[in-house]
Amino acid sequence: MKKLLGGAILLLFYSACNSSGNKQTLPIYGERNPVTKTINGQTVTDTVYHTIPPFKFINQYGDSITNKSLQNDIYVADFFFTSCPSICPVMHRNMLNVYNQFKGDNDVKIVSYSIDPKHDSVNVLKDYATKLGVTGNSWYFLQGKKEDTYKLSESYLVTKPQEDAKQMFIHDGYFILVDKQQRIRGTYNGTDPKEVDQLIADIKTLKAEPNQQNAK
Amino acid sequence: MKLTAIGIISLLVIALVACQSEDQLEFNRYYTSGKVLYQSKCQNCHGDNGEGLSALIPPLTDAGYLKTNKKQLACIVKYGLNAPITINKKAYYNKMPLTDMAPVEIAEVLTYVNNSFGNKMGVITTNMVEEDLKGCK
Ligand code: HEC
Repeated sequence: MKKLLGGAILLLFYSACNSSGNKQTLPIYGERNPVTKTINGQTVTDTVYHTIPPFKFINQYGDSITNKSLQNDIYVADFFFTSCPSICPVMHRNMLNVYNQFKGDNDVKIVSYSIDPKHDSVNVLKDYATKLGVTGNSWYFLQGKKEDTYKLSESYLVTKPQEDAKQMFIHDGYFILVDKQQRIRGTYNGTDPKEVDQLIADIKTLKAEPNQQNAK
Repeated sequence: MKLTAIGIISLLVIALVACQSEDQLEFNRYYTSGKVLYQSKCQNCHGDNGEGLSALIPPLTDAGYLKTNKKQLACIVKYGLNAPITINKKAYYNKMPLTDMAPVEIAEVLTYVNNSFGNKMGVITTNMVEEDLKGCK
């Protein structure tokens, strides 16, 4: 009898957690500003969220990629460079899991910005992508003006990359989840496989939100 | 009966411990320090289990390669590598950066690599590394 009661209680907890899990939405990060407008003589207050500003870069195929190209995509962004001796191999070993999980999904992309455009030419990026095992258009490796990339990094709320005396780049290893409205919905330590698993789960949660459903 | 069994087992254990020769102790010392070095200096690229990363970074599981190039391994760790190589029948051509490791550290990390991930090549001592480093191209 006791056992039965225990089981029932467990089940209750389980289903309680489960149902709240289903309705879960992801938070929206960054600064938010209330904007008051007058529509039809009525004052309404709207919240304007932090979004990724316009940008224009070149991908590994030599194509120009802008914020417009990504406006109907959920995407994961990170910052790296191909000759990175430290955390980048770990980040991209983990990012491959995200890639393999969503490469057949037209709504989800990955965008890796090189912070070393001088070395990471289009050809170098293409070679890197090929060797990593990435084909098609679901994972872009982008390069542009270094100043633009560094400036853009701030809008992703990551630490702005720095160069030390040896001209090595110091940067953090965060993966940033961006929704179709260009808002930041999650940040994950890309060197930690557990956090990357959470990212994969969160992408699925995000995809289920009503305002991420708009057709292409 | 039980007592005799226990007696025999404890005797065996004592014998085993005693048999842990000088060589075994030396191996253990190199291997244990090598593991820590591998985790901090190599694992990000070559992976938790020496599996490498796609076609970018080769695995450390090709016992044939490691044996054939045994005398070159210290040079690779110290000066890096930037040449076409074949590992597990797959072609790799990339750049491994140099490290600033001392001969004793190179010996430790190579003892670890050469006896992990399915490899079994015995100890690599500091003396061997110092000798091999003289032959680096
Ligand atoms: C920044 C990434 C990186 C780091 C760190 C690194 N390696 Fe490498 N390693 C490589 C690459 C890339 C190659 C292949 C180089 C080539 O193609 O010429 C390689 C090749 C090798 C090889 C020969 C090929 C093979 O797979 O057997 C050995 C042995 C090796 N590394 C051992 C080590 C050891 C030991 C460490 C740590 C002290 C280490 N590496 C640290 C990237 C790295």
